[in-house]
Amino acid sequence: MASSIPASVPADGTAIADAAEARAGRGARRTRRLVAAGGAFVALLAVVALAAPWLAPQDPVRQSLRARLAAPTLEAVDGKAHLLGTDHLGRDVLSRVIWGARVSLLVGFAAVGVGGIVGAGLGLLAGYRGGWADTVIMTVADAQLAFPFVLLAIGIIAVLGPSFPTLIVVIGLSGWVAYARVLRSQVLVLRSREFVDAIQALGGSVPRIVGRHIVPNVLSSLVVIATLELARAVVLEATLSFLGLGIQPPTPSWGGMVQEGREYLDTAWWISTCPGLILMLTSVAVSRTGDWLRDLLDPTLRGE
Amino acid sequence: MRPFLQFLGTRLLRALVAVWLVSTVVFGVMRLSGDPVPLLLPPDAPRSEYARVAAELGLDRPLPVQYVIFLGNTLRGDFGRSLHFRAPAMEVVAGYLPATLELGLTSFAIAVIVAVPVGLLSAVKRNSLLDQSAMAVALVGQSAPTFFLGILFILLFSLKAGWLPTSGRGTLAHLVLPALTLGAFAMASIARLTRSAVLEVLRQDYVRTARAKGLAEWLVVAKHTLKNAAVPIVTITGLQFGGLLGGAVVTETVFAWPGIGRLAIQSIYSRDYPIVQAVVFLSALLFIVINLAVDVVYGLLDPRIRPR
Repeated sequence: MASSIPASVPADGTAIADAAEARAGRGARRTRRLVAAGGAFVALLAVVALAAPWLAPQDPVRQSLRARLAAPTLEAVDGKAHLLGTDHLGRDVLSRVIWGARVSLLVGFAAVGVGGIVGAGLGLLAGYRGGWADTVIMTVADAQLAFPFVLLAIGIIAVLGPSFPTLIVVIGLSGWVAYARVLRSQVLVLRSREFVDAIQALGGSVPRIVGRHIVPNVLSSLVVIATLELARAVVLEATLSFLGLGIQPPTPSWGGMVQEGREYLDTAWWISTCPGLILMLTSVAVSRTGDWLRDLLDPTLRGE
Repeated sequence: MRPFLQFLGTRLLRALVAVWLVSTVVFGVMRLSGDPVPLLLPPDAPRSEYARVAAELGLDRPLPVQYVIFLGNTLRGDFGRSLHFRAPAMEVVAGYLPATLELGLTSFAIAVIVAVPVGLLSAVKRNSLLDQSAMAVALVGQSAPTFFLGILFILLFSLKAGWLPTSGRGTLAHLVLPALTLGAFAMASIARLTRSAVLEVLRQDYVRTARAKGLAEWLVVAKHTLKNAAVPIVTITGLQFGGLLGGAVVTETVFAWPGIGRLAIQSIYSRDYPIVQAVVFLSALLFIVINLAVDVVYGLLDPRIRPR
């Protein structure tokens, strides 16, 4: 054990990526193309969400009694074309899906932010400080993993009433454990490394060590978890909205739209199916991107 | 046996802490929900009547005392009376539990029966068409939102094809779509994990030895691989079973299945909080007990993880 210098530092993903690519061989190009497609889809969705006011052909909440339940068509109904048809109130489904992307991603990213900050902060604390802080944080984490948080989320939202901030905090906090556990174990390893001892010996303060030397080394794991959590957050928001506990009408959200279209499934399938399929695509694309990032940046996370 | 008992003790202790934390959160949420007394009284009730009901519910005591009383009641399964059903909340919930168990166990059984063989075949016939298509379906199944999967199933198999009923409980046909919907995520996860667990074992030296001594391939798989791949499979399977409880809320709502999940959602709408609390607590308890059972099985299967 003379050599304690690792072949590659954890933050350096390139060596691992090269090895992974070499191993994957002929499947690699296909995988890369799939991932590129997934990434492109997510990027496109982000652009659509940001540009919703300009992209949406119509006002997403404008009702039109004469254009109720119009099937998807290129021709004009009631003076307007409805590419994806209209819903039971005559609202344009395409416009609502576009505005729904905005709500979905807004809640998703905000929830990931909340969960990430809380989870990473507690994970760093537990790993770096150890002792009773570690014990308390990890006990709570275990307890949270030990029961279906979705049910509790439903209970909390039911009591507090659905609103944007409640939704974001509840969805965010439902995911903090993933960050905390991974960061804790990584920090535990990093802390015992010689470079940390060296900085300590040179008089480096704790915030400096954590901020300049620990955080950069765990950043790649953080990105991987955040991506996987984004998929979960988007689906959870849609699920809560579907149950009537998330985004409230008339604000368009994908889950809410699926719920609204349920009664008309037999006669107007497009109301539920369009937002549902987009949600499904989003979920698959984001989680695939996350899986790929994980294999690329941090193969050690596989077991999590 | 000693390290195993120790392992068991640690897990039991953790489970108890989890139960305690859940009940504390339930208490906290209940307090946040505001004053329940006006819900129980006619709007024109006099103040003396208000005070009487508040005292009856113990709401005039200090908060710590209320908390202790609450913990005691929780231990006895007493969550108060349902405002809607006019019966003890736990009794009402217990009446709805069989439907949920029926649905949960069926979807779980379907998931395991389909997923384990598919995962095994995928691993043995790695990179074949079967492997690739099964894993593609599994990937989608793992990321598809449960509620939308249910809607799609209803649209395709009930409304368009007319094969199965759209909702309700009764015949075996009523059970098919809800069970598939609820089991989809577990099925996908178990299939993917079975595949990777079997692949991992197939790489081991003892499998190479078994092959080298001329054992038929099916025997290599049956005798040397399955048993060793069982540990991770059992773990994820157990975890998935716990996870089914969360999915039951959504699935039961989509298919109008009369179980505790749908009861919880309906009780939220009618502000019948004792029922909501009883469902949350009962589900958490079930989940924790299942996880504990999985840990025990895990410990029995794999002697290596017993210490700690």
